[in-house]
Amino acid sequence: MLIADDLQKTYRSGGRPLSALQNVSFRVEPGETVAIVGPSGSGKTTLLGLLAGLDRPSSGRVLLDGTDLGALSEDDRARLRREKIGFVFQSFQLIPTLTARENVSVPLDLAGDGGGAARANELLERVGLGGRGHHYPAQLSGGEQQRVALARAFIHRPSILFADEPTGNLDAATGARIIELMMELNREIGTTLVLVTHDLDLAARARRVIRLADGAVVSDEPGGAQ
Amino acid sequence: MNLRPLLALSWRESRFARRRLLLFLSSITLGVAALVATQSFAANLAAGVRDQARDMMGADVSLSSNRPFGPRTERVLDSLRRARIPVARVTSFASMALAERTGGARLAQVRAVEPGYPFYGEIVTAPANRWMDLQRGRNALVDPALLIALDARVGDSLELGESTFTIIGTLEKVPGAVGIGSLFAPRVYIPARYVKETQLIRMGSRADYEAYARMPAERAERLLADRRAVLRGERVGMSTAREQQADLDRALRRLGSFLSLVGTFALLLGGIGVASAMGAYIAQKRDTVATLRCLGATAPQVIFIYLLQAGVMGLIGAALGTAIGLAVQWVLPRLLADLLPVQVDTALSLPAVLTGVGVGVWIAVAFALLPLIATRRISPLQAIRRRVEPDETRRRDPWAIGGWALLAASIVALVFLQAGEMGTGIGFTAGIAATLFALWLSAWLVTKAARRAPTGALGYPTRQGIANLHRPGNQTRVVVLALGFGVFLLAVVYLMQSNLLRPLRVDAKSQGNLLLFDVQADQEAGVRQILAGGGTEVLQRAPIIPMRIHSINGVPATTLAPGRGGDAEAADSAGGGEARRSERRDGPPGDDDAPEGWAVRREYRSTYRDTLVDSETLLRGRMWRPGAGGQAGGGPAEVSMDVSVAEDLKVDVGDQIVWDVQGVRIPTRITSIREVDWQRLEPNFFAVFPTEVLQGAPQTWVMLARAPDAPARATAQRDVVRRYSNVAVLDLTAIQAALDDVLGRVAAVIRFLAAFSVATGFIVLLGAVLSGRLQRIRESVLLRTLGATRRQIARVLLAEYLSLGLLASLAGILLAVIAGWALARWLFEVDYAVPVLPLLWLALGVTALSAAVGLLASREVFRHTPLEALREE
Repeated sequence: MLIADDLQKTYRSGGRPLSALQNVSFRVEPGETVAIVGPSGSGKTTLLGLLAGLDRPSSGRVLLDGTDLGALSEDDRARLRREKIGFVFQSFQLIPTLTARENVSVPLDLAGDGGGAARANELLERVGLGGRGHHYPAQLSGGEQQRVALARAFIHRPSILFADEPTGNLDAATGARIIELMMELNREIGTTLVLVTHDLDLAARARRVIRLADGAVVSDEPGGAQ
Repeated sequence: MNLRPLLALSWRESRFARRRLLLFLSSITLGVAALVATQSFAANLAAGVRDQARDMMGADVSLSSNRPFGPRTERVLDSLRRARIPVARVTSFASMALAERTGGARLAQVRAVEPGYPFYGEIVTAPANRWMDLQRGRNALVDPALLIALDARVGDSLELGESTFTIIGTLEKVPGAVGIGSLFAPRVYIPARYVKETQLIRMGSRADYEAYARMPAERAERLLADRRAVLRGERVGMSTAREQQADLDRALRRLGSFLSLVGTFALLLGGIGVASAMGAYIAQKRDTVATLRCLGATAPQVIFIYLLQAGVMGLIGAALGTAIGLAVQWVLPRLLADLLPVQVDTALSLPAVLTGVGVGVWIAVAFALLPLIATRRISPLQAIRRRVEPDETRRRDPWAIGGWALLAASIVALVFLQAGEMGTGIGFTAGIAATLFALWLSAWLVTKAARRAPTGALGYPTRQGIANLHRPGNQTRVVVLALGFGVFLLAVVYLMQSNLLRPLRVDAKSQGNLLLFDVQADQEAGVRQILAGGGTEVLQRAPIIPMRIHSINGVPATTLAPGRGGDAEAADSAGGGEARRSERRDGPPGDDDAPEGWAVRREYRSTYRDTLVDSETLLRGRMWRPGAGGQAGGGPAEVSMDVSVAEDLKVDVGDQIVWDVQGVRIPTRITSIREVDWQRLEPNFFAVFPTEVLQGAPQTWVMLARAPDAPARATAQRDVVRRYSNVAVLDLTAIQAALDDVLGRVAAVIRFLAAFSVATGFIVLLGAVLSGRLQRIRESVLLRTLGATRRQIARVLLAEYLSLGLLASLAGILLAVIAGWALARWLFEVDYAVPVLPLLWLALGVTALSAAVGLLASREVFRHTPLEALREE
């Protein structure tokens, strides 16, 4: 379970405080799929950063399965991410010097789990890239890269997956296939999904849609996938 | 935790960058090479001293004095002989050696040896085994250099004084002898029983008397303890092979430390290169680091991943350096062979290899750590947004402080490890730190200046090139530091060599090239006649009267400086005047008001004249009028003292000194203090007396003469010696050549090691260019998209690397000129001049090389077409 409790985030810009998020509160139940939508600059990415423990709120709390992320050090949050959180990024964020298979196994490698390669092969097979494990990111198309990223996001069976504009860099058809695959994997593994997007069609596929504007929640209602 | 997946991740992540990483870390390679080479050399040298200590002395114990042994010493020697301990005596003295067949004459160092000497070690001769034949008759074994100087060959007759010997061979290897010594005075070995015949040792002649004994080491130590005081009373010095080994060990260790320190600094420069290259490498890895952090990598894990890469590449670089160092090790003994008293075998020194690899990896890791610690500041947020606001709370990162502390400790430990002793280490480190700081400062100033420079009048490419020096992410400082330091070392070595040699040049028209000494008073006119006949002009002549100080201001010398044994005896310089610096070593650590012991006890070889000569300047008081200065009204005579010895004796104008001139007391009052230019190879004196006072004393003459050419020098030497066999003639051009040779070899070694620093500087430059490669490609592509030609881009790069190289070399040379001045003024005490032209060439060479290296490393910039590169974006 993920709880956002009265989150505020203030940046300092040119010496003046600039509020990016204010009074954001909600809870996400296990297995739920939530889309966070809003126009550019509404604070979506800032919120995602706070929810995933990549940044600390200026005030308020983020609780993941009962753990207050703000109370943890950066390295403890990293350990928590390693165990419980998966990521899918808009620009894929594959490590260019690693092959597809090696990219997929990174979370297990970091955890000191020696079974990364075998598990990575399974997942690559699952995302339809069984024969491409030895290829480098530069040798893969955008859609293939995002599929590798999906395999990486699920390799350690995270309890929650954060996806940041996962189709933002893909054409419509490829994007649709990626979303399909992500939803399938989500169901198979039973992961909670938090999706940040400004693509309303994509948001409609979530069970719940939270709208942001100017750093505040303006609506929180069921999505199309009821 | 299972580390293997992490190790594998680190290794995989370095893919595509390994060659570049290796280049970055190879900046330590040359430093390691220099370190390993000097350390192995020092280790082998120490081993040589250890193994050859007895061979060097040729015995276990030696006694030596510069006067014939007294009765108590003779009793000691008798008791040894009675105890069946073999003893052999050696008498050494300078003499002209004259080859009858060719007429060649040359001053030689004669060593008259008794049968049995040496007890250890082998004197190698050519033809072989002639040492055994030496004692069979009037035979002589000579240095090959003497044969060359005399144009003689084995089998020729050699005249020494009044006796004639047959040259039965040459000396190829004499244990304990420094090869280059033969350039100053070639050695001639003769049997001791013919010394008398030569009639070269008379009253007042200078000779060294030595006795060597073979006995078990423990017994030698006991003997030493028992008899040293007795022998001291007769001014006989005594030492064992062990003591000699310890002394030599100390001296050579200092040489080793010095060489190692030069290597150490090449290594530290490499470390700076590593830090800068790692910084650039990590800057390119920011996205990867942010992603890794998102995926759950902790900060220590990220640091570990990259530190491991640095460590592995550092290991390869260090191993490569060690291999090069071992190869270079074969060069050093050859460069230094003739300067060393032992034979240095080239052997693999395991400690040196381990130190090289260990220190290399350590330095690579210690310097790489700082830029890696900065990865802690890379936020995982960077994976989801381009711009991440910097952490507002700018508190001091304890990791970074720890990293700096570790680095500082590593450097200090390394320098002290190499310096061996605190004082040298601190002095050396302070000097180098000041140099590096000054280089850094000049680089900083130039980047500032480049920003403000009114470059408007210059063409676009030049303007852009200069602007590159201060653009964000520039590597100006690190390149100036590394390259400038190499240039600094080279320039300092060159400046010292040229300034030390300049005063010794005898090719100037007015200077003498022949020095004649031991000319007896009744031979003086005859010698002058012979010289004049051969066209040789006498430039200076001075009488020499040996004397000692009896008392100063009424206090007897024995009270001022209680006797400390034979070491107080004066050995005169080649100039027939006073040897100065070499004597000071036995000065007691006295209090400031007491005269220096050596100055009180020594023998003074003084002269008389009524005027100053060219090499003297009057500092205080006044010279006496010609014909005056004697005991006016029965008072003390006047005397003029050299300022440095006056300081050591703690006397000044008005003080009174009573001199003991061969038993006659001469009271004097100091009426003037002179400054003497001791650098000139001319007869110079600590004490000058009025003519009237010393005219009648027993005296010999020293003359400085100038022969017009080499044949005239040879004729003058031959003719004088044929007529007066006791007169010694020193060919100053030969001395100068020998000094040139010695300094040249020392400078070659230092220059060789300094070259490692320069080469490291170029590697750092190469690394700096390559690490900014991506940015450069992007820029040049953008420029070309906007219509710049390849030629224009090449000119931008050329302007940048030319100005970088010029800046680095000028900064290095400027600092070298300052450091050289300081060294000349305070350490070597010589006049200082800057040879502008060679330094200019050095600057131009380094600048051209930097431009070449820079352009070569940038050639990738030209390979990409604009479209290709834009697509990669």
